[in-house]
Amino acid sequence: MKLAPRLAVLLTALAVTACAPQTSNNSSSDKDEKTGTLRVWLFQEVGNKPKEKVVDSVVAAFEKAHKDTKVDIEYIPIDTRAQRVKAAFNDPDSAPDVMEYGNTDTAGYVKDGGLLDVTKEFGDWSEAKDTDPTAKQSVTVDDKIYGAPFYVGVRALYYRTDVFKELGLEVPKTMAELAETARKIRAAKPELYGLVVGGAYTYGAMPFIWANGGELATGKGGSYASAIDSAAAQKGIKAYTSLFSDDNCPAAKCAGMGGNDTITAFAAGKSGMAIGGDFSHTAVEAGKVKGKYAVVPLPGVASGSIAPAFAGGNNIGVLKSTSHRTLAVELMEQLTSKKTQASMFDAMGFLPTFADVRQQAAAEEPYVKPFAQTLAAGTKFVPASPAWAQIDSSLVLPTMFQEVISGKKDVAGASKEAATKMNDAFGSVG
Amino acid sequence: MNPRTKPAWTPWLYLAPALVVLGGLLLYPIYQLGLISFFQYTQAQVSGGEPTTFEGFGNYTELFGDPQFWQVLLATVVFAAACVVSTLAVGCALAVLLTRVRAVPRLALMLAALGAWATPAVTGSTVWLLLFDPDFGPVNRMLGLGDYSWTYGRLSAFFLVLLEVVWCSFPFVMVTVYAGIQAVPAEVLEAASLDGASQWRIWRSVLAPMLRPILVVVTIQSVIWDFKVFTQIYVMTNGGGIAGQNLVLNVYAYQKAFASSQYSLGSAIGIVMLLILLAVTLVYLRLLRRQGEEL
Repeated sequence: MKLAPRLAVLLTALAVTACAPQTSNNSSSDKDEKTGTLRVWLFQEVGNKPKEKVVDSVVAAFEKAHKDTKVDIEYIPIDTRAQRVKAAFNDPDSAPDVMEYGNTDTAGYVKDGGLLDVTKEFGDWSEAKDTDPTAKQSVTVDDKIYGAPFYVGVRALYYRTDVFKELGLEVPKTMAELAETARKIRAAKPELYGLVVGGAYTYGAMPFIWANGGELATGKGGSYASAIDSAAAQKGIKAYTSLFSDDNCPAAKCAGMGGNDTITAFAAGKSGMAIGGDFSHTAVEAGKVKGKYAVVPLPGVASGSIAPAFAGGNNIGVLKSTSHRTLAVELMEQLTSKKTQASMFDAMGFLPTFADVRQQAAAEEPYVKPFAQTLAAGTKFVPASPAWAQIDSSLVLPTMFQEVISGKKDVAGASKEAATKMNDAFGSVG
Repeated sequence: MNPRTKPAWTPWLYLAPALVVLGGLLLYPIYQLGLISFFQYTQAQVSGGEPTTFEGFGNYTELFGDPQFWQVLLATVVFAAACVVSTLAVGCALAVLLTRVRAVPRLALMLAALGAWATPAVTGSTVWLLLFDPDFGPVNRMLGLGDYSWTYGRLSAFFLVLLEVVWCSFPFVMVTVYAGIQAVPAEVLEAASLDGASQWRIWRSVLAPMLRPILVVVTIQSVIWDFKVFTQIYVMTNGGGIAGQNLVLNVYAYQKAFASSQYSLGSAIGIVMLLILLAVTLVYLRLLRRQGEEL
């Protein structure tokens, strides 16, 4: 049979021509064209019209200032952003010049080789000095800056004023009181959760770890080590997971919940309290509990203290593959300027990343106050390591919480396992 | 006619279009899958942020050293086995029932089964989940289970998924076996019942042996389908259940490859699955050939 040698030749040919999987050549473009079309990707929000209006006015001003320059804005759906961004990195020809991205993705995108280092331009930008330090940290990887903060998001404690009044409850001042109050609500009103919590709600659980003096990881600049199994962190995990009980939020229902589920439950009037962000304001306002709730900073361990919140939010960055470097960086600055952020707050309620702009916003809209207070009390951020994206997407922390909640493992065992997984991830990205 | 007069490559020429399509659509992706599984290949490599490095069997060592992989493999095998057995039992029982009832109920049963068959897996899973919802589901209300959460416990979650899998895959078994029963000569069955054989006895001693080739085909098809189950687990247990307790191999591979962008590790899982199913398929092909000889 003559097939075998032919097949061998064919296989050898394949092996020689393609001995490694394809990779894209995502090197930085050396071109810096001063005219042409700039492509921009922004996230498509629920109720996007007001955002479009603000962006359109920025774009109009930008196009007016730069002759022969056109800006092409595309709004990409948030739930498919991961695929879109991956595709953009894989195929620089179809990639945008400027894009919005979630701040926990910064380090991962830098490692993927997608974002442009704008340290110098950011340093020269007159408005940059007023940027909030945590927001600045969220665009910084290894002391280099890869974008400009667009808005920040923090979480605080939403509670039902009508329920508190009816039961004669005080707003909790410590974490211990928080748990106690939650149980009282559930005991008096079994149809409600006391404080609705979710086993997959990582960013709602983190304040419990931080308030107890724990950390997710320690280290700096690339070499992190997990600290999730430290004694202090374990105390925080215990505090959070003990809320998953029949006298507050039954494990069978709450273990699988994520952040959005808890907000949905609160907005539908099924819970006495919830941990929600400033960005949840619109959703809660649209729910049954409109006018029957208030927000305070999440209490810390000591009376009157505020638990450190996770500083979420989005940034705007320039892609490495852009052929309009100068223009793209300038557009990034325009889109994240004080003026834009102020109008974006009026339009969408996004909290500004500049301390002075935020103060002004809080003066106008009272609901911002507890969130601004939380930000002022000091916020924390996830490890600025590309491993974080992997830790986040492989559900290391939700798995840990769920193992404890469902009684599969104790706090020490589950946190140790999570620490091992985190260290593996930190180690593999080197 | 003398076949020797034609050159030996003529059959290959005729086969070429099909071979090219098969090669392009089947072999090349498998080749890529195998290739990727030997490299360190994550998003950073794909988008050119870091160089691709050859890992040898590194991904496989990592995979086989991970206790979760073995746990998931075991769960997959047990779950697939339970699904196959249940699907066959339900499918065969309903096929026999089809031959026993009048035209109108038969038509109704056929239509219901075809409806289940035609329902996309995502839709079916969502509907089943809603039926068993702790707050709004009619099943809990009917059974008086209060707000029992089916997806919380490992076994009850697997059981719920099993119900959906059986629901959407029994029609194939039922229709195939029903067609097989129709082909069995009526006099054989008549003779059996004249001899006083019970319904179960007729199935065991007459129908099942005569339908053996069909049953084998249906079983192996089901094994392959149920081993590869993805949508039902992914939708109904929200990507693998509480703390990953309901992961099966296919979902596990997806979580590794696409959720965490570890394409190389995901490919390694894919290759392992391919090898397991290849072994099953070889058995399947052998049986098919034997069946061909018999007929």
